[in-house]
Amino acid sequence: MNPPSSTLFTAPPEWQWLIVFYFFLGGIAGGAYFLAVLIDLFGDPLDRPLARLGYLIAFPVTVVCGLLLILDLQRPLRFWHMLLQSETLRPMLKTWSPMSLGSWALLLFGGFAFVSFLAALADDGRGRWPRLAVLRPPGVLGTLVALIGGVLGFFIAGYTGVLLTVTNRPIWSDTSLLGLVFLISGASTAAALLALLGRRRARTSVTGLHALERFDSLMLVLELIALVALVVSLGSMARVWLSAWGALLAVGVIALGIVVPLVLYRRSLRLGDLSSSTVAAVLVLVGGFLLRVVIILSSEGV
Amino acid sequence: MAQAMGFFTDTTVCIGCKACEVACKEWNQLPAANGGANTLSGDSYDNTRRLDGIHWRHVRFVEQFTPDRGEGRWLLMSDVCKHCVQAGCLEVCPTGAIIRTEFDTVVIQSNVCNGCRDCIGACPFGVIDINPASGTAQKCTLCYDRLQVGLEPACSKACPTDSINFGPVADLKKMAEARVGRLHSQGEKRAYLYGADDKMLGGLNSFFLLVDKPEVYHLPPDPKMPTRRLKPSTWLSVLGGVVVGLAGLVSFRTRGSRP
Repeated sequence: MNPPSSTLFTAPPEWQWLIVFYFFLGGIAGGAYFLAVLIDLFGDPLDRPLARLGYLIAFPVTVVCGLLLILDLQRPLRFWHMLLQSETLRPMLKTWSPMSLGSWALLLFGGFAFVSFLAALADDGRGRWPRLAVLRPPGVLGTLVALIGGVLGFFIAGYTGVLLTVTNRPIWSDTSLLGLVFLISGASTAAALLALLGRRRARTSVTGLHALERFDSLMLVLELIALVALVVSLGSMARVWLSAWGALLAVGVIALGIVVPLVLYRRSLRLGDLSSSTVAAVLVLVGGFLLRVVIILSSEGV
Repeated sequence: MAQAMGFFTDTTVCIGCKACEVACKEWNQLPAANGGANTLSGDSYDNTRRLDGIHWRHVRFVEQFTPDRGEGRWLLMSDVCKHCVQAGCLEVCPTGAIIRTEFDTVVIQSNVCNGCRDCIGACPFGVIDINPASGTAQKCTLCYDRLQVGLEPACSKACPTDSINFGPVADLKKMAEARVGRLHSQGEKRAYLYGADDKMLGGLNSFFLLVDKPEVYHLPPDPKMPTRRLKPSTWLSVLGGVVVGLAGLVSFRTRGSRP
């Protein structure tokens, strides 16, 4: 008989709902910023209001992310120990520890998201400093900010999965695909939120919304493939999901969060049916949240 | 650096008296569980249950008996932090709270730890947990404070049968190998050392003599470093980023080029 998996002999770190929400919102913040950059750099000028919306989402959500992480610490006032060595006040960074690198990335991303947030306000003639608009593309400075911020956004959306993998816990450390899955899901949920909020704004172009729906459809297909690969890569450990968690994954994440939205997006793109597009976006968001719930809490329970 | 110091725990002479647990709690001033209320686990004589933030030594009771209890044996093991040469907890700790001391032991500095709990999931042995009294991650320090003044750790000092041996790791390994040889010659062929060689996480500075499979003692058969999948999962994420970026480019660019 094969010996049992060594990951079954470890203890759960008890990362619960605060972390579930952080992983979900981190994906949205990073994804929204990345999409805004993409639209700014390569999209139609008509879609600039949509990109602006992305920047306006990214910064406040990142602030919430930071607060959630601090609240989750057992000693919240020591949150800065992640960034500075508490005795020497020198920078504290371990590039091989995803949590260490992620703390710095979140701080830097927060900075870029803040700059882009101000630039997006200024670009629209709001805010006190209209000159800050140069920090948004198409200018050289704005493009630079967008490119660096976009890469950091990607990092924020994906590193959380790598962080789970770099443990010794069941499921999390039994696959190398969590970072990839979270990254795709972050892009997908951000596109859904942009489409959902963009639709309520008069200046958003219909073609821009359709581009978001097409993008999200692509993401959902990729996410489905990545999730199947994830389950396969778990091998015998996938048996943990022969439970209510597996049912939630199958019904909540895959059926309601991926397959049904794909059908609805298709309907929206073909028939211009706005209501099905709205329902699809809401389902994508719910599915993305449930994905984090299943991945995090199913391992915590082992 | 001083010599590497550690524990050799010979489970064959453990009598389950729990003097080690008590001595550890006394010296390290660890609080009682459940406010001191007596709660029975129903699992043999083991009411400590597992290592955690307030139990840095734990005597495991394994009963191997026939259904009528006519035949069988007790396996008793005083478990503790393994002070791994390649320590997963130390590797991931984002605050630098976990350090390697001059005795080659692994210690969590309670005044630095902020309770992020990354080390808890990273430890291959499930040794670390939060101590509710301090709100920080804690575990066996191999009595770092006692070692610094030339004393031996409280648990090994208290052990009445010398099941827990303390000393320089090199000496302990020789002692352990001699003990395995003696047990083999006496007919106990199942005896072997767990974690004494450097194949397991570079070597465990706290290693064990066992007479059954590791999992019987709730020890992982093949413990590994948490960073073992860091590279593949990073590259797969980067690949995902490229694909997502291209998908975005296609989705928005094609639209932008239309009249």
